[in-house]
Amino acid sequence: MYKGTVWKVGNDVDTDVIIAARYLNDASDENMRKHCLEDAIPNFSQVISAGDILVAGKNFGCGSSREHAPISIKVSGVSCVIAESFARIFYRNAINIGLPIIASPEAAAEIQAGDELEVDVEQGIIKNLTQGKAYQGETFPPFIQEIIAAGNLLNYVKAKVEAK
Amino acid sequence: MGMTITQKILAAHAGLPEVKAGQLITAKTDIVLSNDITGPVAVREMKKVGITDVFDKDKIAMIPDHFSPTKDIKSAEQCKVIRDFAKEHNIKHYYEVGKMGVEHCLLPEQGIVGPGDLIIGADSHTCTYGALGAFATGMGSTDIAAAMISGETWLRVPEAIKVIVTGKPENSWISGKDVILYIIGQIGVDGALYQSLEFVGDGVQYLSMDSRLTICNMAIEAGAKNGIFAVDDITRAYVKDRFQREPVEYFSDADAEYVREIVVDLSTLQPQVAFPHLPSNTKEIGTFGDVAIDQVVIGSCTNGRMEDMQAAAKILKGKKVAPYLRLIVIPGTPEVYRQCMREGLIDIFMEAGGVVSTPTCGPCLGGYMGILAKGERALATTNRNFIGRMGDPESEVYLCNPVIAAASAITGKISAPEEVEA
Repeated sequence: MYKGTVWKVGNDVDTDVIIAARYLNDASDENMRKHCLEDAIPNFSQVISAGDILVAGKNFGCGSSREHAPISIKVSGVSCVIAESFARIFYRNAINIGLPIIASPEAAAEIQAGDELEVDVEQGIIKNLTQGKAYQGETFPPFIQEIIAAGNLLNYVKAKVEAK
Repeated sequence: MGMTITQKILAAHAGLPEVKAGQLITAKTDIVLSNDITGPVAVREMKKVGITDVFDKDKIAMIPDHFSPTKDIKSAEQCKVIRDFAKEHNIKHYYEVGKMGVEHCLLPEQGIVGPGDLIIGADSHTCTYGALGAFATGMGSTDIAAAMISGETWLRVPEAIKVIVTGKPENSWISGKDVILYIIGQIGVDGALYQSLEFVGDGVQYLSMDSRLTICNMAIEAGAKNGIFAVDDITRAYVKDRFQREPVEYFSDADAEYVREIVVDLSTLQPQVAFPHLPSNTKEIGTFGDVAIDQVVIGSCTNGRMEDMQAAAKILKGKKVAPYLRLIVIPGTPEVYRQCMREGLIDIFMEAGGVVSTPTCGPCLGGYMGILAKGERALATTNRNFIGRMGDPESEVYLCNPVIAAASAITGKISAPEEVEA
């Protein structure tokens, strides 16, 4: 269960905007945290509070396959991301590295910046405490839930390889 | 229910007689690719869980192309991570500077990927190889790390969009870039989200392998999981004496299911330009006013192949680039570079006032070798025009084919070849 304040971004937020390629020569968590979303929300790394929730429009994370994008969001302190829809590679990457995400077109449309949310990713339930509304977002198929339960994809694969 | 080519390749690699759209499968991988940005993160993740063995050293490709030849100390350290890894594991398809090319130009050219393959790569433009009748898709570093360990990956079987390419090109300046920009302009940057784009029709015969590679390269810019062409004589001629393994040809069943159809008529298609800041923001050449440009880039995994160089050189021959404009030409591989030398194209580019770079992704992703200052504008044969993609967040990138790029380098504004004075 995550509780936090909303930051809102629009449609088609691409991975270059989430973390620009000019910072990809240093994949350290500190470098990722420092420059996360800086071309969309100035000084995001300084204004965000740990646990805050990012709400986006359609096709969030489109573009490059860089895993640095969900990593930068995670290490900047964002607890989870809600979007109308996610770009394919970003969706996988978020699951693989353990960044909680929920797709919910209704929630993404109605939630406003600054709203207080309570989110249950496992059940896909989003409660907007400010507006007094609740939404049922998409839940993950059992196979993906196993990856999430393992913490990340490599823990899951390691267990599988070692079992052989 | 019949299957599409994509679904047949996935079924074969999952060891299943058939698969259906939406099904989650685990499939074996033929080639697992990473580069100097994504490879180090994959290696780091493998080390974190204490696994250092790879499933098959001959099925892994690591290409230091993004910030290489290295642009600074940090990128040198990243390249060293994959170089050390490749040495330690005797990785077959590691290409050092000098042999290295832009990965999606290099792998087809060297015959590392071919028809019937299932290829995953930690680079979104891995979808390029669909041009060869392969299933290829981009993923992140952790997925690639998992596949380097296990030789497998999980996939959701995609629905397919049928792209019917019809007619014969009337405008001799169009190529694959215009086909894919037109499609993205029609369906948007998420128009094929999670789906396959399958290219069929009587017009496909007029699309060369280089054009098909360009088209599949940008399938991701419509959100697609993969782009794919069925194998035909053009494919067979390309992979002959090149592909290092046995090609396997798959064809879609007559009753395969498609969620929608899109038609592209080559006979009426005109050169396309994508305006900032999305590849879907396309306009036909000649339908907009003057757009002055500061820089032209010809190259990248989208348009860094031999035909692209030849098309640009044809326009630039005997001409000069506009004052204060920088023309940067980047042949995609050492082989393309050398062929340009043999054909005298390097002379043409340099006599025109352009610079010719060693193969690298460089400016396409704002790495180096042509970064834009605030307020500057570039026209590029690359694949993305996102905010800040080639430099300052307040710079702009326009996308087009190599002919338009070359003509515009001469006039200093986005131009059709007809606007270049004889």
